[in-house]
Amino acid sequence: MARSSGGWEREGATRSLKLFARFMTGSIAVVSRGNGAYYAWIGFLGAVIAVGVVAYGNQASQGLITSHMRDQLSWGLYIGNFAFLVGVAAAAVVLVVPAYVYNWGPIREVVLIAELLSVAAIVMCILFVTVDLGRPERIWHLLPGVGMPNFPHSMLVWDILVLNAYFLVNYFIVTYLLFMAYTGQKYNPAFIMPVIFLSIPLAISIHTVTAMLFMGLKSRAFWHTAILAPRFISSAFVSGPALLLLIFQILRRVGKISIANAALYKIGELLAYTMAINLFFLGVEVFTEFYGATAHSVHARFQWFGIHGRTGIAIWTWLALACNLVAFVGFVVPAVRRQLALLSVACVLAIGGVYIEKGMGLLLPGMTPDVLGEVYAYNPSLNEVAVSLGVWGVGALVFTLMVKVAMAVSAGEMRYESSWGGRR
Amino acid sequence: MKNADEKTGRGVRGASRREFLKTAAVGIGAAAGAPGAARALEFDIEGFLQKNFRQLSDAEILEVIERLSRTYSQQFGKQVTVGAAGPLDGVVYGYGLDISRCIGCRRCVYACVDENNQSRDPQIHWIRVLEFEREAAVRGINLEDGNPYYDPPTVPTEGKFYLPVSCMHCEDSPCTDVCPTGATWREPDGIVVIDYDWCIGCRYCMASCPYGARHFNWGEPTISSEEVNPDMHLLGNRPRRKGVVEKCSFCIQRVRDGRYPACLEACPVGARKFGNLLDPDSEIRYLMKVKRTFVLKAELETRPKFFYFYG
Repeated sequence: MARSSGGWEREGATRSLKLFARFMTGSIAVVSRGNGAYYAWIGFLGAVIAVGVVAYGNQASQGLITSHMRDQLSWGLYIGNFAFLVGVAAAAVVLVVPAYVYNWGPIREVVLIAELLSVAAIVMCILFVTVDLGRPERIWHLLPGVGMPNFPHSMLVWDILVLNAYFLVNYFIVTYLLFMAYTGQKYNPAFIMPVIFLSIPLAISIHTVTAMLFMGLKSRAFWHTAILAPRFISSAFVSGPALLLLIFQILRRVGKISIANAALYKIGELLAYTMAINLFFLGVEVFTEFYGATAHSVHARFQWFGIHGRTGIAIWTWLALACNLVAFVGFVVPAVRRQLALLSVACVLAIGGVYIEKGMGLLLPGMTPDVLGEVYAYNPSLNEVAVSLGVWGVGALVFTLMVKVAMAVSAGEMRYESSWGGRR
Repeated sequence: MKNADEKTGRGVRGASRREFLKTAAVGIGAAAGAPGAARALEFDIEGFLQKNFRQLSDAEILEVIERLSRTYSQQFGKQVTVGAAGPLDGVVYGYGLDISRCIGCRRCVYACVDENNQSRDPQIHWIRVLEFEREAAVRGINLEDGNPYYDPPTVPTEGKFYLPVSCMHCEDSPCTDVCPTGATWREPDGIVVIDYDWCIGCRYCMASCPYGARHFNWGEPTISSEEVNPDMHLLGNRPRRKGVVEKCSFCIQRVRDGRYPACLEACPVGARKFGNLLDPDSEIRYLMKVKRTFVLKAELETRPKFFYFYG
């Protein structure tokens, strides 16, 4: 780290720590300044989070009975959101590869925003799993040493491991890049590129392990299929880049970040491939479930057509398919893809499609009918929805604040000034 | 972990130790029992810091059952005894249920609720009885054809048969594999138990169980002082708190004491049988020879220790 930084290595660790402290206080100063729209957005997120906190307080005092989950369907909205967000976290980083290979505009910005989205998504993942716990105060039982993690048997322990590793690696990368920019040093590619490349297999692993959490359950025929992990990855490669494409456009407007249109079209093109693969995997799964139907296909029947007149989820399934197909056309046709407004619509549809398919579309058919054949019609309770919105609010707030700092540093608005007041 | 597994081995929790813990528990129960205090402490720091049951030394287990006996005695205003009797040597329990005898009266369901201190509100039942059309079974027993909510004025109903389902105490138990904290495990006598003080309430075991045997305390469970069964086991029927998973323990508090499970005693038609699978002369082994035996969802290869008989 110090090699490329001129005379800095002589100034010692204390100096670096002081610098880092200044970086942090500088960050706080940056996030507390902004225009009216910024304050309105932060205020809005604060209100959403407050609603979530109140709802969670209600859940904590009365128990998860405030949700509509029951023994027949023991995971619902929280775990559905978790599965979707692991995908977002994983796929954001995938943009790093083409950004590097094709040398899109300022690569640092693309990498930074993608990694920041990953960090925010993982924060939400961890929160969603935590709010789903009946006894969150016992979470230390998972820690090695003081607790008793069931490693290597429980896929949940594996998932906690890879999620935390992924979080730390991404957090390190963004902090390093920003800190170097802040102190006016050039980042050392020989040092940071291997770490960035390490985050890519880790991104695949978080989603694979999360899929395995479900795939390993032989009691749940709908999840007990090898296609689940590939489908997790393929759908994540749709939702993550699509979300980033929208975020880049917003940031171009509100901030001083310059991302070339060509880069956005390239992401659109990439989405054509990933959506094609996603739809193909969906197709082979549907073929197996219906052409070679067994008693185990009852879950797929519930998903696509409903059983015993319970067609609620089926409507969503077809809606998700429609969203994905329309989005696919948008990504494939160059004339559509090259109009940012239309491309954005396609992205919104793709995100919506994947959110349905990887959220409730994964959870509910997997657990309906339950293992004793009962069909329990689940709709999340208002309290569950409020808690979930609160978690999304926290994620959006974390992302907003981090991006604000990142943009200030990138634009040179926030940089190190020595304690004597002079600018370096 | 290895260390903890060794500790649960037969040697440590064998018969002599079991007797020791039981006697100790009775003594404490008699000493406690100050009635009055309506509820247990809302946040109990000792319980919070307690280790996993499998990491506790014998002395620590004794402390825990003393403390719990005291707490519950106060809470319910009557003398409560919490034991921690260990497994017997040379015993693996097996359960048999003759579906050609079962009349679907659900006496087992409610005997289980009474014995095992299940919450009355919200209601939790460890046994679920499914009613099937006999003719529907020409397609094979498909659990989706089962109706757990049957409610005729009298049973059995003509043309129906009944299938009670509870924890199968699988030898290759998928629920214990997935538990992230090792809060549930299979004891040497084959009983799959839960440490209610260690469960974090993630419900992964419920997703993993093929038999719907695991139940979650979605709300704070309630049992009145009159209804509570004061003869408790640490890993069995002691009262649970909200946010943890519970299930059938083969009445661990009874069977390790040489008694039958409560559901068996409640059955008016003798459809339920229980015994030691390792004893070739046991009733359960005899029935497996003379009846037709099957297990539910055999294709999942969880090797249940709950067998169904017919004919």
